[in-house]
Amino acid sequence: MTTNDLTPTPGQTIGPFFGYFNAAESVHLPFENGDNLVPPGDARAVQLTGTVYDGQGTPIPDAMIEIWQADEHGNIPTQDGSLIRDPFAFTGWGRATTDNVGTYRFTTVEPGATDTGKAPFIHVVVFARGLLNKLHTRVYLPDTEGIDHDETLVALGDRAQTLIAKRDGKRLLFDIHLQGDQETVFFQFPGMTYPKA
Amino acid sequence: MSEQNQRLDPLATADSQDSITAEIEDLHATYRAGVEADSSQEETQPRLNFAPYRSSLLRHPTKDLHHTDPETIELASPAFGHRDVHILESDLTVQHNGEPIGERIKVRGRVLDGNGRPVRGQLIEIWQANAAGRYIHKRDQHPAPIDPNFSGVGRAITGDDGSYEFTTIKPAPYPWKNHHNAWRPAHIHFSLFGTDFTQRMITQMYFPGDPLFALDPIYQSITDQKARDRLVATYDHSVTSHEWNTGYYWDIVLTGSQRTLMEDEDHDHE
Repeated sequence: MTTNDLTPTPGQTIGPFFGYFNAAESVHLPFENGDNLVPPGDARAVQLTGTVYDGQGTPIPDAMIEIWQADEHGNIPTQDGSLIRDPFAFTGWGRATTDNVGTYRFTTVEPGATDTGKAPFIHVVVFARGLLNKLHTRVYLPDTEGIDHDETLVALGDRAQTLIAKRDGKRLLFDIHLQGDQETVFFQFPGMTYPKA
Repeated sequence: MSEQNQRLDPLATADSQDSITAEIEDLHATYRAGVEADSSQEETQPRLNFAPYRSSLLRHPTKDLHHTDPETIELASPAFGHRDVHILESDLTVQHNGEPIGERIKVRGRVLDGNGRPVRGQLIEIWQANAAGRYIHKRDQHPAPIDPNFSGVGRAITGDDGSYEFTTIKPAPYPWKNHHNAWRPAHIHFSLFGTDFTQRMITQMYFPGDPLFALDPIYQSITDQKARDRLVATYDHSVTSHEWNTGYYWDIVLTGSQRTLMEDEDHDHE
């Protein structure tokens, strides 16, 4: 492929073998501490966790979840160090793979709103074997300011509840259903295409 | 193959290659007829629901995706720097004490956004099988040798012109369980970030002339030939080095940047 063609390159499935983690190796993906945006002992820390399910409600053990978010004040991180973590810096990005029972876990902070009048959220990208291209979604926080009149959520009607995490102490529970009655809302932003059969 | 692998892929079937190939050809013929009738129906991305790839059946959304504009956080992207990635991480042949086995290659290209602007200073990650078609991963039990000198994982940060280069070993095809006698064409997985997080993508780069292309439901999930061709690198003798490596060239185009907030930013660099 050469540079004259500016049509977006097609995505493909992450496949079953998205690298591997071995603390003895310097190069790996997933990488060390990728799921800890802040140290678990941090006073601000919450755990964002959930299970990724297929259309039959079976957990998916070979998915990769990434999140990207503002800090607790709504500031968008711009400093590097997203891979080699400085525990005193918040870079806003995390990566976790699902375990044998389809569960992912992040340690992070609850984001503040980046725009007044809009509900804060954590942006999520889902990759998995069997999923031929990435999917984008959002985790909104229950009981936050703006949640009842956020334009995006209002437009979704009943389906908006698939985007709102459940709070359980210092945990935010957010399951992802790729298909079915409880299917998570996935977003299509301008420039993206998802051909339908 | 191990029982464990069968369990990991409950949709593994005994379908023959011929029946899978016929399914692919049917879907493509219908697609081509549709585009002939209405060229606006041309597809540039894979279908999420592509039945010949059995694992897609229960893993594709069935409801319409929600069209919306990105919000402020989505118009930004994580930041990486040379602190994050050492220059040697782009050479997959020097990560161990000895030389890996196989055909040494370089893959070079650029990452651009949909307006042709270089994507600078962003992370590219690759992972791949070795020269025998084996991944270093507990779930890959394909009875081909592990190369103790090859992990098959690399990283780089794009240059100011969006350029990247990896030195690696040409991966081999490998079998999988989608159907009887299913083999993936040789490929390298690429993970890419743009200037907006909406541009985040993962894809696979293939090698020109692979006889397995027509048989592979993952590659063929992209129904349009021109779009499929965008995943195939070009053999490039200018990337080949004397007595050292063969060379391939492959550019990657992310979706058009949706950024409207900081149009002035680019002028500082040009």
